[in-house]
Amino acid sequence: MSNEAVLHAHSGAHDGHGDHSHEHHHQSFISKYVFSQDHKMIAKQFLITGMVWAVLGGFMSVLFRLQLGYPDASFPWLETILGKWAKGGHITPEAYYALVTTHGTVLVFFVLTAGLSGTFANFLIPLQIGARDMASPFMNMLSYWFFFAASIVMLSSIFVETGPFSGGWTAYPPLSALGDASPGSKSGMDLWIVSMALFVVSSLLGGLNYIATVLNMRTKGMSMTRLPLTIWALFFTAVLGVLSFPVLFSGFILLIFDRNFGTSFYLSDIFINGVGALPNEGGSAILYQHLFWFLGHPEVYIILLPAMGMVSEILSVNSRKPIFGYMAMIGSLFAIAILAFLVWAHHMFVTGLNPLLGSVFVLLTLLIAVPSAIKVFNWLTTLWRGNIRFTPGMLFAIGFVSLFISGGLTGIWLGNSALDIHLHDTYFVIAHFHIVMGVASMFGMFAGIYHWFPKMYGRFMNNTLAYIHFWVTMAGAYMIFWPMHYEGLAGMPRRYYDYSIWESFKQFQGLNQFISLIAMIVFAVQFLFLFNFFYSIFKGRKVTTQNPWEANTLEWTTPIHPGHGNWPDEIPEVHRWAYDYGKDGVDFIPQTTPVGANESVEH
Amino acid sequence: MNKLNSEMTTTVPGRVPQRIHPHKFVMWVAIGGIVMMFAGLTSAYIVKKNQSSWLQFDLPMEFYYSTAVIVLSSISMFLSARAIKAGKMSQYKTMISVTAVLGIVFILLQYLGFKDLQAKNIAIVGPRSNSAASFLFVITFLHMMHVLGGVIALVVFWVKAMRDRVTNSSLMSVEVLGTYWHFVGVLWIYLFLFYNWIG
Repeated sequence: MSNEAVLHAHSGAHDGHGDHSHEHHHQSFISKYVFSQDHKMIAKQFLITGMVWAVLGGFMSVLFRLQLGYPDASFPWLETILGKWAKGGHITPEAYYALVTTHGTVLVFFVLTAGLSGTFANFLIPLQIGARDMASPFMNMLSYWFFFAASIVMLSSIFVETGPFSGGWTAYPPLSALGDASPGSKSGMDLWIVSMALFVVSSLLGGLNYIATVLNMRTKGMSMTRLPLTIWALFFTAVLGVLSFPVLFSGFILLIFDRNFGTSFYLSDIFINGVGALPNEGGSAILYQHLFWFLGHPEVYIILLPAMGMVSEILSVNSRKPIFGYMAMIGSLFAIAILAFLVWAHHMFVTGLNPLLGSVFVLLTLLIAVPSAIKVFNWLTTLWRGNIRFTPGMLFAIGFVSLFISGGLTGIWLGNSALDIHLHDTYFVIAHFHIVMGVASMFGMFAGIYHWFPKMYGRFMNNTLAYIHFWVTMAGAYMIFWPMHYEGLAGMPRRYYDYSIWESFKQFQGLNQFISLIAMIVFAVQFLFLFNFFYSIFKGRKVTTQNPWEANTLEWTTPIHPGHGNWPDEIPEVHRWAYDYGKDGVDFIPQTTPVGANESVEH
Repeated sequence: MNKLNSEMTTTVPGRVPQRIHPHKFVMWVAIGGIVMMFAGLTSAYIVKKNQSSWLQFDLPMEFYYSTAVIVLSSISMFLSARAIKAGKMSQYKTMISVTAVLGIVFILLQYLGFKDLQAKNIAIVGPRSNSAASFLFVITFLHMMHVLGGVIALVVFWVKAMRDRVTNSSLMSVEVLGTYWHFVGVLWIYLFLFYNWIG
């Protein structure tokens, strides 16, 4: 009922499960490629916008790694592209901080939130649950265009005279609240906050849709416990987003009032050089941190969960084995989603937090290790004695598991409030979150792209390029972030401009140079991926069968080039869970196959 | 997994069993998000109140009137939903416009309330302001914006009704709007109680 109602809401003609074709939609270029309401096109819009941001954000990291690796060298070409921000071929301290800040904001929100869950929630939810489109295709379209607007505003902030916001991606006051505090706190910050407000709206519109679609639009027979794990993960991601982004928004509103209307929510007893004492009194910057991290911590799971879901699916398909512990996988996703809301203060151990309260947050933080370990165990046991196909998607999925283990273990260190006194704000933290959240989720995203590319464009990506991309990125990720653990343990603080003038950290000059060099190589290799992606859209090897990976899920029952509405005929009915691989000696049994008379009962 | 197989067989072939309409469901999830936003703000309020230099003052009288107005508007919203279900179009038109007008009156009363505070020399924003007044303003202002959104939707519905553009699907939309409208009413009552006794 609701499926047809959604697609034909404008025409008002619903006839239940009509078996008319959906290919006949008359579509202009604008309604097909620009203001599209087809979830598959919106997914591609999110993906490609995310890629543009990944290149920009990645390039920013190359620029500041140049400064960190070669603080004494001069690069005249930098002045050519950055102008006054790199006088004499040296990145200025202001530009350095602006680059670090924008790199963080862009990668966390625009690439790994919008680019990851925006792409795959849009693409996979209707296809894998058996729906013609999202609950509200119009809201879905708005979600993308709000993201696009946020992107334009953020991009424009790079070009203002005083530079983009420079105060760290967390935008703590007073740097974010006082325009006089630094050049990067002026109009760059105004644009930052407008952009982020638009982004929050985009995330909420998307999240509402994903939740409603998963709960209400599943095809006949698709009970919640038959859903592929991708859908469960994307569902929990959306729940996290809908419940935590509004809190961030409320924090931003108070920030806007402090910034523009002279209130004192976050400000107190401040003296600015050249301006004098400010009248603000009674505010507390810690209040912002609470509001920010109440989103900020769920945000890391918003980034990670979609990758976990896709990895579970890809590992199972390419091991030709059912996922190990399906219910435990859902349970651990649920546990992570709940705990995500109860650990935010572990980002604030050294803000003067009551040690007793801190110990509660230590306990809750360390509890996350339990569901995480369950997931890792289940991924490894899924691989165990599997008939593994090392497709590029599979390699990235295995790489994800590796990175998740390496990065997760250091999380146990950082979750201890006592150790955190030493490790807080050092490169150890940088290493931890880049491996476990940043690179791991990028790997999840690459896995998803390589695996579902045939469904997206009806062609395959090139394997050789993909293998080079994988191995260089995998080795590079460890070579970049592993040494940072040592720097962090030695106490090297993050966000500093130049360590070479610092007696305690001079010794790391060579290591920093090494990291910068690898970072540039890894960045360069991503262009291999980009080339592969865009070349394969037009020239890739064509998909000739409906189900190239021999997978069970519903997206592979659609035509090779599905139209708007996904299935030309009736939506197929589902008779079993998504993981009947190698059951009763049969390699795979799609979800649409009815249960046979002699089939064994356990899955 | 086979035990689940019999679950769906009793339903009419080719039909998905009746579930809550997705648009209605979206509204409920959105309400969850809005609740989180105000939960964030009111908990910040509590944290702040327990710190130094918190100004104590009474809520302006206008807020008491506005509470009554929003309760009345909820009743008229309820009546308009009942009218459209019964097919009484003229009653529906009246009630939906009454609800919109009451919504506007509510917003005006809130505005007058802040005028009143300023008249008592309590600065809401600016360098002389105290967080107590600023918090009251920001939270109430955000709530007013949510009411304004509802009023805009009500006006759109009213215009549609005047042009006789009411179809079968309008019934569902009115129900969704009704849910939202009752929610912003309940939200205000929560905030009102919060300002007076909880916070």
